[in-house]
Amino acid sequence: MSNHLLRVSGLFAGTEDKPILHDVSLSLGARETHVLMGPNGAGKSTLGRVIMGDPAYQVTDGSIQFDGCDITDQSADKRSLAGIFLSYQAPVEVPGVPLYSYLRTITQKRPELKMTARKFRARVGEIAEQLDMDSSFITRELNVGFSGGEKKKIEMLQLLLLQPKLAILDETDSGLDVDALSVVSRGIEAYRAACDGTLLIITHNTRILERLSVDQTHVMVRGRLVAEGPGSLIDDIDAHGFEQFERAAEGTDAQ
Amino acid sequence: MSERTRKRTQVADVDRSLYDFTYSEEGYERYDDGLTPDIVRSISAKKDEPDWMLQMRLAALDTYHAKEMAPNWGPSIAGLDMDHISTYVSPKTKQAKDWDDVPDDIKTTFERLGIPEAERESLAGVGAQYDSEIVYHNMREEVAKDGVIYTTIEDALHDPQWEPVVHEYFGKLIPPADHKFAALHYAVWSGGSFVYVPAGVKVEYPLQSYFRLNAEGAGQFEHTLIIVEEGADLHFIEGCSAPKYYEANLHAGAVELFVKDRARLRYSTIENWSKNMYNLNTKRARVAADAKMEWVSGSFGSHVSYLYPTTILAGDRSSCEFSGITFAGATQDLDTGCKVILNGADTTASVDTKSISKDGGCNTFRSSVVVGRGAANARASVSCQSLMLDDISRSDTIPAMDVRNATANVGHEATIGRISDDTVLYLMSRGCSEAEARTMVVGGFANPVSKELPLEYAVEMNNLIKLEMEGAIG
Repeated sequence: MSNHLLRVSGLFAGTEDKPILHDVSLSLGARETHVLMGPNGAGKSTLGRVIMGDPAYQVTDGSIQFDGCDITDQSADKRSLAGIFLSYQAPVEVPGVPLYSYLRTITQKRPELKMTARKFRARVGEIAEQLDMDSSFITRELNVGFSGGEKKKIEMLQLLLLQPKLAILDETDSGLDVDALSVVSRGIEAYRAACDGTLLIITHNTRILERLSVDQTHVMVRGRLVAEGPGSLIDDIDAHGFEQFERAAEGTDAQ
Repeated sequence: MSERTRKRTQVADVDRSLYDFTYSEEGYERYDDGLTPDIVRSISAKKDEPDWMLQMRLAALDTYHAKEMAPNWGPSIAGLDMDHISTYVSPKTKQAKDWDDVPDDIKTTFERLGIPEAERESLAGVGAQYDSEIVYHNMREEVAKDGVIYTTIEDALHDPQWEPVVHEYFGKLIPPADHKFAALHYAVWSGGSFVYVPAGVKVEYPLQSYFRLNAEGAGQFEHTLIIVEEGADLHFIEGCSAPKYYEANLHAGAVELFVKDRARLRYSTIENWSKNMYNLNTKRARVAADAKMEWVSGSFGSHVSYLYPTTILAGDRSSCEFSGITFAGATQDLDTGCKVILNGADTTASVDTKSISKDGGCNTFRSSVVVGRGAANARASVSCQSLMLDDISRSDTIPAMDVRNATANVGHEATIGRISDDTVLYLMSRGCSEAEARTMVVGGFANPVSKELPLEYAVEMNNLIKLEMEGAIG
């Protein structure tokens, strides 16, 4: 099991007044694609944020190991520099911060991505083309005034620029937005092609997964991982929904 | 549970060593503290002024003594003991036209502040004042050839061509009786700039005056008089800084700006007085028909500030834009804003200010928009955005509007916000430290103002923001 990139063991976490995650254990190997599914409010996004290091949530028990290190107490910036990336379902707008200089700043934080200003410009242009982005976006402010689909593109742009070892894509809200969906699919393909990292895709929509080869599917209900299976589990969920897992979870809750 | 949440620590003060250095004033001419007619006479005599100027000084001194210790409606100035402020401190040097002729300690000061370098790269002319006197003044030849005058008021008073012009304009926009510290200013003023741009001349590069107050317990009372004739165009920049002392320092300058028909004047300020400074500065512009006045203002320093640049839109279709940012940290109480008086028809005013409060700093934004009876179709919009960086700081907005023309359109909006945890998380999860994330957000907040400045000043302003933000989070 030592070749696992991410290893979450017996994790309990929540906000100050409300426990959300109960005894969550999850292991992701290098270059694997995992999918985390579950009904609304199951705690999927929370798990993504806890792995990223959102201080709004406190870990009360258990641990998170990444790339051989215990990162349970690390701040989000350290985790980011170590190679974890979380794409948000609703990225925040940061007025007055020019997108281009922001991208340059976060890239320069990583010694392994050091490149000249010229090379950097070319690289951004290349990714923008891959994502079919209008070239004018670069003169705008970080996420300010962008549509949902455009914001997704900017998230994917950062993913492809930073080439993290682990990309967690939180797509719980984008289920109905066809544009955003295709952007994410394109981003995933490009990420796969560029650095072949590990993916954890959080969703309750199966369309996003249609063109993807999934190694493992996890199902979360009420803060617990209640089922784990191969990629084909998605088809089963597509056909029957989460009811079977919810019943199972009730059993667990009662214990 | 709680040991897992990261701890934040506050650091009391910020490293401002870039600005915080002093040189001995040994051998300098320093007048006795306090205010007497004798001191006023000796300042005037030393400058060998025309008699009207001496009489104006003495009358202003009477006005000063007659007025109550104003103001009583803003931050306290109780720490300002006028009996212990020296109104005149002169370095032992004559004004130079070449940096090589400026004494070493003073030259080093300005070099550390980047002034000679800025002159070489991007300015049409530079003036540098050290304590009470201008120590360096120079302007590019091609600008002088166009007939542009950029000199000290003292020199203009000694020039038969310009003495009547100074006499005509000096003290007309800000009369000595305006308020107590205006009266004080006219009694003891020294240094500053006189700028005259002839009709139709567009000065391509900015002119800059830099004011440095080195002496402890002293006041700086420079006077800036700018006349931009019809259809002319000028960008003037003033920079201010001082090292930190325990004794209070006072800045009571006056800026009088005359913008004639169809002319444009942009007046930019980066002020970084030390935090023992009482900044009681008065700035006023009179704008004629079809002319435009633009203010860009960054206020970072001083212990107490009262600062409300005023624009009188006298001519029809004249306009003004004001963009300002104020940063108040620990021990600072900054009362800033702006006033616009719209008298001409079809005049427009747009005011956009931002304030940042941190470590217990207090910011008060005060605006006054007055629309006169004759200002048909005048339009004014005032926007004030405040950013609070913690729970112990304070931010108030006090807008006043006095509209006397029914066809005028006046609007005001104010917002007060904080940096959201989600924004900090977003930036941190892309690799920025918490301090970097906050600095980035504050820089973005200030960006609409800094992008109005020439590049090197925008960089200086961003550096000041970084300086103020540094060490805030450990």
